[in-house]
Amino acid sequence: MEQNITQIIRRYGNDKARLLDMLIDLQEELGFIGTQAVELLADTLHMSHADINQTLSFYHFFSTEPRGKFTIYLNDSVVAHMFGRETIRKALEKEVGVSFGQVTADGLIGLFSTACIGMSDQEPAAIINNKVFTKLTPYRVKELVRHIRDGRPIEELATESYGDGKNPHPLLQSLVSSNIRRKGMVLSDEYDYGSVLSTKLPKMTPEKLIAEVKHSHIRGRGGAGFPTGFKWEFCRRAKGEKHYVICNADEGEPGTFKDRIILTEKPELVFEGMAIAGYAIGGDEGILYLRYEYRYMREYLEDVLQKMRKRHLLGKNIAGIEGFDFDIRIQFGAGAYVCGEESALIESMEGKRGEPRDKPPFPVERGYLNQPTIVNNVETFATIVRIVENGGEWFTQFGTEDSTGTKILSISGDCLFPGIYEVNWGFTIADMLDMVGAYEVQAVQVGGPSGTLIGPDEFYRTLGYSDLSTGGSIIIFGRQRNLLKDVVLNFMNFFIDESCGSCSTCRIMPLMMRDKLVKLLDGNGVAQDLDELQQWGTVLLASRCGLGQTAGNPVISSLKNFRYLYEELLQKDVEFDQGFDLQAAVQESCDYVGRVPVFSHH
Amino acid sequence: MDNQIIFTIDGKECRAAAGTYIVEAARQNGVFIPTLCNMPGITPKGACRICTVRINGRLMTSCTTPVIAGMEIENNSPEIRELRKSIIELLFVSGNHFCPACEKSGDCELQALAYLFQMMVPRFPYQFPVKEIDASAPLIVKDQNRCILCKRCIRTIKDEQGRSYFAFESRGNKLEVVLDKEMAKTMIAETAELAMKNCPVGSILVKEKGFYQPIGTRKFDQQPIGSEISTH
Repeated sequence: MEQNITQIIRRYGNDKARLLDMLIDLQEELGFIGTQAVELLADTLHMSHADINQTLSFYHFFSTEPRGKFTIYLNDSVVAHMFGRETIRKALEKEVGVSFGQVTADGLIGLFSTACIGMSDQEPAAIINNKVFTKLTPYRVKELVRHIRDGRPIEELATESYGDGKNPHPLLQSLVSSNIRRKGMVLSDEYDYGSVLSTKLPKMTPEKLIAEVKHSHIRGRGGAGFPTGFKWEFCRRAKGEKHYVICNADEGEPGTFKDRIILTEKPELVFEGMAIAGYAIGGDEGILYLRYEYRYMREYLEDVLQKMRKRHLLGKNIAGIEGFDFDIRIQFGAGAYVCGEESALIESMEGKRGEPRDKPPFPVERGYLNQPTIVNNVETFATIVRIVENGGEWFTQFGTEDSTGTKILSISGDCLFPGIYEVNWGFTIADMLDMVGAYEVQAVQVGGPSGTLIGPDEFYRTLGYSDLSTGGSIIIFGRQRNLLKDVVLNFMNFFIDESCGSCSTCRIMPLMMRDKLVKLLDGNGVAQDLDELQQWGTVLLASRCGLGQTAGNPVISSLKNFRYLYEELLQKDVEFDQGFDLQAAVQESCDYVGRVPVFSHH
Repeated sequence: MDNQIIFTIDGKECRAAAGTYIVEAARQNGVFIPTLCNMPGITPKGACRICTVRINGRLMTSCTTPVIAGMEIENNSPEIRELRKSIIELLFVSGNHFCPACEKSGDCELQALAYLFQMMVPRFPYQFPVKEIDASAPLIVKDQNRCILCKRCIRTIKDEQGRSYFAFESRGNKLEVVLDKEMAKTMIAETAELAMKNCPVGSILVKEKGFYQPIGTRKFDQQPIGSEISTH
């Protein structure tokens, strides 16, 4: 054991900035990260035990105790619940014989819940030893557990055919489907990989390249919408020993799965976009920060990178351009939504807990290892390739004036055809619902839990940075759904679980709001509670990062657009909330002494 | 004076060297901005959010934001005062803070701010969380009931190799600051006392030193927090 641990630490050059990689390998190879591993890490990296534990205890997929030879992570997202997650949970508990959070006595199977795994178009889904099983049914659960007990290896648990698109690739052999239902410039099959790198860049200076990107007016596809060209320009100008290009593939916003499809179907486009960015900012190294939920893509993506190196699209003097040296490595996360925030992502890449940094300084000045760094979304990099190929001017003909180009939407929930749709910005919600076959719609969640919940009276609104902004998550709720109990409550619990805890506001306030929502759902609410929810929500705006600032949005936006649902929950003819039930509180002692106090003294 | 820039706080013209953090620049101009996680001389963290001000319509923490020329800072508006009071109340209800029995009473910055903001009964329901008290270290008691997770101990209490005695554990509302059990064994008295001093509340206590200074004679028993800064 000791030898294994030392070997893993040495694999990453005893470099404490690679602590996350060491912990991932320890977890995978030993099944857990115990005291001995923590001690050896602490001694080798010259850190305190508490310091190692600080990183270790932050990430969802790390554990200090074994989680079973087969670890089943069942998705807990809202869409999973809509498609029978509770039934699957019960079936699993019955078949396996332990509750969630536990491991069987023989150490064979462990059951755990996990936040959205990016499979909202094929729920309910679970990750078992890094392999994703989708569209689960009680029968399938029974069969899976039986096969595990029969001693089948993980590779032989599949009884269905592989998913569509590239999913059957020998290095993927994935049961996941890509479900591409509408193609635009990014998902199009007409692009010849590598042609921008090898034919366009040699004739273009980095300044000219940045000018084209600025001219296209493309804004970040991750959700925040910062103009990409400016980000690159700031980074190019910033002084540092090295410049880094980071691709944010930590898509954790519940309901989002488009990066999964882009990386499965068009990984060459993403890596080419990263190399183009490297050329633009004078970058030395690219890093793909990939969420651990997509660990199953690892060998496939490594292979794509290897093939690109062979074609001289990565490596030294790329495309024959003297001094254009750029390569890409993959860094995995370990289960933390907040790491999708760019500075938390950088902290995580440095082996620390994913706690967002104070800004300024921004990553373009001081990012990864304190060097100038750009962090862009998967979709942004993929789109950039088409912009450089066809020019910034060409790009502006798509979309609207303030939101140019296309957007890839992950659409799930109550519709006939969940999946991936690439549309021009400016699409209305009404058209979108017609496109995906969604009828009798009660509400649409645009932009995931941190976004907005809108009802039919707002379906005329358009997707774009100045109206309904979205990183891509669209969840549709039919008439049959209980929005407050099934949707808003799930979202609030998600934010509570995923807060890093650093800001007092985001650590505590979502809990207060959740408890008040539960109070209302329990039928104990009064009108004042609604006003308080609204006021309390504003405190979150003082949080450091986007997660904290939007953590109250599920309540705030449903309160704004579906106030009647809240009002229906209020107690009739009760104006004042006493805070607690005196009669219930003294019930036990009344029973004991056999007397009842008179409550109506004057 | 060279390098001095002009900015305003609630309309009052102020001057400070460019690049000074707002909280410090304000202090130099006789304006008190309340803080909890901030400590002069160490890298700010922006964890408690008490020092939030409004600049150009945006909420920013004044401990982490440097002043720039022409900046118009809104510090004492009803909105900001209410926000700060809310945060103080959140900190009270999310822990178990029993001031009358606390060894740090009178020296506690959270208590002092609660007085300053005239907190009566918090608007939020008390959580009464069940928290641990770790008294296993030879010199120190780490009481999680009173910890406000400001990171001051994590950032300042280190050994000669630069290793931290304290670290975060877990995340979200389960987040705690823990003392490294091994390192605690060899912690010297001087370090322990510094840890207690740097803790803005009563979460880090040196054994047998809690009431060294009698209650009634302590820092905030004399005058409200911020009095030494405010010019009015």
